[in-house]
Amino acid sequence: MRKTVTSMLAGIGLVLACGTSVYAQDKELTIFWAEWDPANYLQELVNLYEAESGVKITVETTPWPDFQTKAFTEFNAKGSAYDMVVGDSQWIGAASEAGHYVDLTDFFNEHNLKEVMAPATVKYYAEYPSNSGKYWSIPAEGDAVGWSYRKDWFEDPKEMEAFKAKYGYDLGVPKDWKQLRDIAEFFHRPDEKRYGVAIYTDNSYDALVMGVENAIFSFGGELGDYATYKVDGIINSEQNVKALEAYKELYSFTPPGWAKAFFIEDNQAITENLAAMSMNYFAFFPALINEASNPNAKVTGFFANPPGPNGDQFAALGGQGISVISYSQNQEEAMKFLEWFIKDETQKKWAELGGYTASAKVLESPEFQNATPYNKAFYETMFKVKDFWATPEYAELLIQMNQRVYPYITGGQGTAKEVLDALAADWNATFKKYNRVK
Amino acid sequence: MATAVMTTLDPKSRSAARGMSDLTIRNLFIIPTIVFLIVFNIFPLLYSLGYSFTDFRASSAAPANFVGLQNYRELLNDLFIWSNFAITAKYVIVSVVGQVLVGFGVALLLNRDIPLKGLLTTLLLLPMMLSMAVVGLFWKLLYDPSFGIINYTLGLGSFEWLSNPDMALYAVAITDIWMWSPFVMLLSLAGLSAVPKHLYEAAAIDRAGSFYTFFRITLPLVAPILMIAIIFRTMEAFKTFDLAYILTSQPTTEVISIRLYKMAFQEWQTGRSCALAYIVLIMILAITNIYVKYLNKVKER
Repeated sequence: MRKTVTSMLAGIGLVLACGTSVYAQDKELTIFWAEWDPANYLQELVNLYEAESGVKITVETTPWPDFQTKAFTEFNAKGSAYDMVVGDSQWIGAASEAGHYVDLTDFFNEHNLKEVMAPATVKYYAEYPSNSGKYWSIPAEGDAVGWSYRKDWFEDPKEMEAFKAKYGYDLGVPKDWKQLRDIAEFFHRPDEKRYGVAIYTDNSYDALVMGVENAIFSFGGELGDYATYKVDGIINSEQNVKALEAYKELYSFTPPGWAKAFFIEDNQAITENLAAMSMNYFAFFPALINEASNPNAKVTGFFANPPGPNGDQFAALGGQGISVISYSQNQEEAMKFLEWFIKDETQKKWAELGGYTASAKVLESPEFQNATPYNKAFYETMFKVKDFWATPEYAELLIQMNQRVYPYITGGQGTAKEVLDALAADWNATFKKYNRVK
Repeated sequence: MATAVMTTLDPKSRSAARGMSDLTIRNLFIIPTIVFLIVFNIFPLLYSLGYSFTDFRASSAAPANFVGLQNYRELLNDLFIWSNFAITAKYVIVSVVGQVLVGFGVALLLNRDIPLKGLLTTLLLLPMMLSMAVVGLFWKLLYDPSFGIINYTLGLGSFEWLSNPDMALYAVAITDIWMWSPFVMLLSLAGLSAVPKHLYEAAAIDRAGSFYTFFRITLPLVAPILMIAIIFRTMEAFKTFDLAYILTSQPTTEVISIRLYKMAFQEWQTGRSCALAYIVLIMILAITNIYVKYLNKVKER
């Protein structure tokens, strides 16, 4: 009898142990993202979810340059290593057409996310094809390009006087791209090892293209018609020629050796007293208000990408949406997490931790806008952002743009018109190759 | 008795005593290696050859369609690709010539009775023991126009090495020369130490000048081993990726490996990149063949 009871207890114990292990397996999720501060904030956020639901979530990261390669290698292998990915906005076409992402249209409509999230984030992070009403991601980390500047340089009475004498107006946050150029020129003093401006020039991924986009969109230009794939007369328009010339001129006011600069270098331009102004994504600004990483934190100011000559004011979109991977074994659990993630209180917490929420309600709140010196500029920017092509062949389009624009910007090869005409021809050929146009 | 068995000269009985024939032991060593080679080298090689005739994209759900020689035709008609090959050729020439001159020159200097010769040789070998990525990052700082020690030492002010499209490739080649000249030096030293001393003694008796001695004795005898170093370094320089990728992103430094990487893992043009990989492979084989033929000629002399 004792033996029987012992055996039964052992059997029950074994069943429970097995059950627990299966249960634990089901209750684990992995989110893949790039290695940067927002990913750490997300890990903090999902730890709260674990406390609430018992589901353990790991945010796995990889350095930015490898992010796309590693993610798509896993997708292409139909691997189930990741349940969700916080993927770049440009991936949405490639990932959805190839069947890597789960269709979230019903989820999106059910929770009315078109109204809940900032319109631009819905358009660029979630919807593909453009205006189709089909959604593949939940806007997670809103981001766009903004500017930081040295307030102490700008507010120095001697500098202000000299600037007014030279340009005829007061030195201050640039009100348009012309003023941005003037201020960059004014502070560009190689003899003093002081330079005008830090901009994106790295052509290994999308840095240079994003930088140029800031000029193109603000000069009233576009990259093409995303619905019809028409690029002739759009990418090589008069506005875009002027925008590219303006960007090239800004490059002449950058510190020496600025031909491979991205977010690290552009933040260093401020922390190392190199430049008066620096272009960067808002997601990298927390480091600039932290005195441990920026000795000039107290004298660093921020502003949104200024308008162009005709008053158009747009900025290049960064940021990512969170998608469920088709090959995940835990899709149901992932959907439950997304339901928690889109709640107002979660989005509020996300913003408090340092993440850039895409929730319109949180963005509009005075609480959010006053939380940091740059949140207001971020809020203003997030309602006027534009993005690169999101078609499956976006990587080819990106490389072609880099190949054409980089030698002109950094090496002065050719003219802006020649460069953009050649780019239009490249893009036309690519769209023809993939039967986007006849 | 056992000792007697183990010391016998008959290999069959020795291995029989261990319970395994020599053939079995040989197979135990060779078969796993052959299987490994087939699985990890030959199979992917043939598989990618198949893909090179298709329009397959690893990022797409679409099946691979057979396109014949279209990938090869398009690649060979692509001006950007030819520009990448031209950059690669320029880089290989500058880099390999530099390494041979520096490496062989240093080897000649070390091939004398000098104090601390062993320590000097060891120290000179250090660069090639470092990781390529570390060397790239390290030299990026050295080349920096604001605080780099190179401009400071040479008094070049804010001269731009990596941001200047005309200089960037030379900057990468200089780094490669710094890193791999010790390899040429090492092989050259081996060759120089193998030159019989009596030849130099005979030349001295005949009052031959140092110029004559070098070109008639030293160089011909070291040439075969120097050619081996050149073959290795040419193959490596042709495949250069990491140094150029880390140091700069100028279009003038986009060697063929970088183009191939972008095509395969950024654009996901899998079929096309397989075709390009085969073109590169054929080119490397052709160049190596020319070298080997020349090496055999040198040996015959």
